[in-house]
Amino acid sequence: MDARNSWGSYPDAQGRFGQFGGRFVAETLMPNILALQQAYEDAKADPSFQETLDVFLRDYVGRPSPLYFAERLTDHFGGAKIYFKRDELNHTGAHKINNCMGQIFLAMRMGKTRIIAETGAGQHGVATATVCARFGLPCIVYMGATDVERQSPNVFRMKLLGAEVRPVDAGTATLKDAMNEALRDWVTNVKDTFYIIGTVAGPHPYPQLVRDFQSVIGRETKQQMLEREGRLPDALVACIGGGSNAIGLFHPFLEDESVKIYGVEAAGHGIETGQHAAALTGGRPGVLHGNRTYLLQNDDGQIIDAHSISAGLDYPGVGPEHAFLKDTGRATYLSATDDEALEAFQLCARLEGILPALEPSHALARVGEIAKDVGKGGIVVMNLCGRGDKDIFTIANALGAKI
Amino acid sequence: MPVGRLSNAFACAKAENRAALVAYVMAGDPSLEVCAAILDALPKVGVDVIELGFPFTDPMADGPSIQRAGIRALKNGTTLRKTMALVEQFRKNHPETPLIVMGYLNPVETMGYDAFARHAAEVGIDGAIIVDAPPEEDAELRAAMQASDLALIRLATPTTDAKRLPAVVAGVSGFVYYVSVAGITGDKAIETADIAEAVAAVREASGLPVAVGFGIKTPEAAARTAKIADGVVVGSALVDVIASAHETGGDVAQAAAAFCQSLSQAIAQAR
Repeated sequence: MDARNSWGSYPDAQGRFGQFGGRFVAETLMPNILALQQAYEDAKADPSFQETLDVFLRDYVGRPSPLYFAERLTDHFGGAKIYFKRDELNHTGAHKINNCMGQIFLAMRMGKTRIIAETGAGQHGVATATVCARFGLPCIVYMGATDVERQSPNVFRMKLLGAEVRPVDAGTATLKDAMNEALRDWVTNVKDTFYIIGTVAGPHPYPQLVRDFQSVIGRETKQQMLEREGRLPDALVACIGGGSNAIGLFHPFLEDESVKIYGVEAAGHGIETGQHAAALTGGRPGVLHGNRTYLLQNDDGQIIDAHSISAGLDYPGVGPEHAFLKDTGRATYLSATDDEALEAFQLCARLEGILPALEPSHALARVGEIAKDVGKGGIVVMNLCGRGDKDIFTIANALGAKI
Repeated sequence: MPVGRLSNAFACAKAENRAALVAYVMAGDPSLEVCAAILDALPKVGVDVIELGFPFTDPMADGPSIQRAGIRALKNGTTLRKTMALVEQFRKNHPETPLIVMGYLNPVETMGYDAFARHAAEVGIDGAIIVDAPPEEDAELRAAMQASDLALIRLATPTTDAKRLPAVVAGVSGFVYYVSVAGITGDKAIETADIAEAVAAVREASGLPVAVGFGIKTPEAAARTAKIADGVVVGSALVDVIASAHETGGDVAQAAAAFCQSLSQAIAQAR
C-alpha cells in the first residue's frame, strides 16, 4: 500500500485523501475556500503564528492536558494499562477549543470581522463563542431547533459569552441542518465572514486545518507516553462523530505502524435498527457539506437522519480522512450503542471519579475489549475528549431519574 | 442534439431582440401529477427554457422557498429517477422546448455519472446544473455528460473574479448562469446596474449566452434584467406562486402559467 509511512502527506493539493475529501461547494464559496487555503499555508510558514497559538493554548486553554493512568478501570478489565488523555480538562470542557483558537487567529490574519459556526451538542458553539468573546469579534452560532431544546444549558452559556444563537428549523433541525444554514450564511456574507467549522469535515482545507489544530492532542500524548512508559502505546481509542478529537489523537501516530488505531462510532439504538449515527459502519461514500465521505443515505442519495443519545455524534457523515483510514485499513472502526455508552459512563463515574461526556463514553464502551485484546503488559490510550456535566439532564432522563 | 435545443432557444430569442425566459420548478412539487401539468403549461406562455430541480435533503445553496419545495417533493417520494420520468412524459408533447435539470451532486453520484448522463439523454434532458460541483470537482461528470452530448451549465457569481472566470467557463456549453448576488436562491432583490458589467465579462469569456438569476421576483425586475442579459431565470418567485396556489386549493398549473406569462410579456417589451 502506497499510503504506508506517508500518512502525513495527505491531503493532496486537491484536498483529497484518496477518493475522499475535496471541495464540493457552490461557486460563490470557491474563491473563499481558496483564499482560506492560502491564508493557512502562509500562517504555517510564519513561526509567530504557532508561537502565539502556543501561548494561548498554554495560558488560556490549559494545555498540555494530563495523561492519566486509569488504574481502577485497568484493574476492572484486567487487560492492558488504560490511560486517558484528559482533554475534558481544557477550558470550556472539551477538545473543541483547540481548533477554535487556531481558527480565530486565522480569521484575524485574514481581516475577517464576523464569525459564524454550527453546533450540535453546543460544545463547539461554546468554544467558538469563547474565543470570539476573548478577541472581541461578533459571533453567530447556528444550532438545530431540536438541539436548542435538548442542550439548553449550552445555549445559555453561548448567550452569556455574547454570541447570538440562531435556531434552525429546516430539515430535521439538528447538526446537519445547522451546517447547511451556516453555509448559506457564508454564501451570503462571503466578504467579511469567517466560518469556524468544528469538525474535520466540510470542504478542503477544513478537514486538514482542523486536524492540524487538534493534532496537539496526539503530539502531547506521544511525548507524555515516552516520558512515562518509555515507549509508544499499543493502541489508541477515540469516539467518532465528525471525528475531530479522534484524528487529533491518531494523526501523530499514523506512521507508527505498531500502534493500533480504533475509532468508535455511535450505534444509537443498534446498527440493525437503522437508527444510528455510524456512517463508516453503516453508510457508503457520497458527497455532503463540501466533501466526499461515508454518509448515511438512501438509494436515491438522500441523506438519512442520524440518531445518537449523544448530540455531538448525531451527524450522518464523518470526516474524509477517517473514510480514507478505514478503506486503507490503517484504522479500525467499531461502534457502541446508546445503552452501552450509558453503562460505560456510569462505570467511569464510579471507578475513576470522572463524569465523561456521552461522546467519549462511546469510546469507553469499547476500551475494555481493546485492553483485553492488547493484553497485560500492553498500553491503551483513550481520548477523554469532553466532560459530562453538559449531559446530566440527558443521562437523568435516560436513567429515569428526576433532577 | 440536445445542446442544439438550448442554443436554438437562445438564438430565437436573440433574433426577436429579447431575452429568453428560463423558469425553474421543483420536480414533484406539489405532486408529480401537478408538476407534470405545470411543465406542460409552460412552453405555451413564453417560457423558453425549463429548469427542473431534483430534490436533495440538504440544499445548502437554496433559500427557504426552494428548500420547502424540496421537502414537499421528497415527501411525495420524488427521486432523481422519477424526475427523469417526468421529463420523458413532458418530451412526448414538447419536442422543442429545452429542459435542463438542476440539483446537488449526491443523487447523481448515487446513480453513477455515466448512468445519469445516458439516462438523461434518453429521456430528453438537454443539460444539467450541479450546484456543488465546481470546476475543480466536475471533470468526471463533465466527461460523462459530453459523451452523451449534454450541456454542463456552470454558475458564475459576483465572487468569481477575472482570474478565476476562464476556468469557470472552460468546458461549459449551452449557456452560463450568472448568479447576480452572492447568496442563496430567492435572496435579496438585485441591482441591475451592478451586474451589466459582469454579464458582459462572462459573455466575452465564454462566448455563450448568459442567463441571470437569483432574486428576480416580479415582471418589472425581469424586464430590467432582460435589458442586459441573454436570459432571465425566475425560480423562487415561481415556486412561491406554485406553493400558494396549492395551499389555497387553486389551479396550480394555471397560476404558474399566468405568472410566467406576465414575466414573458414584460421581457418581450423590455428592449
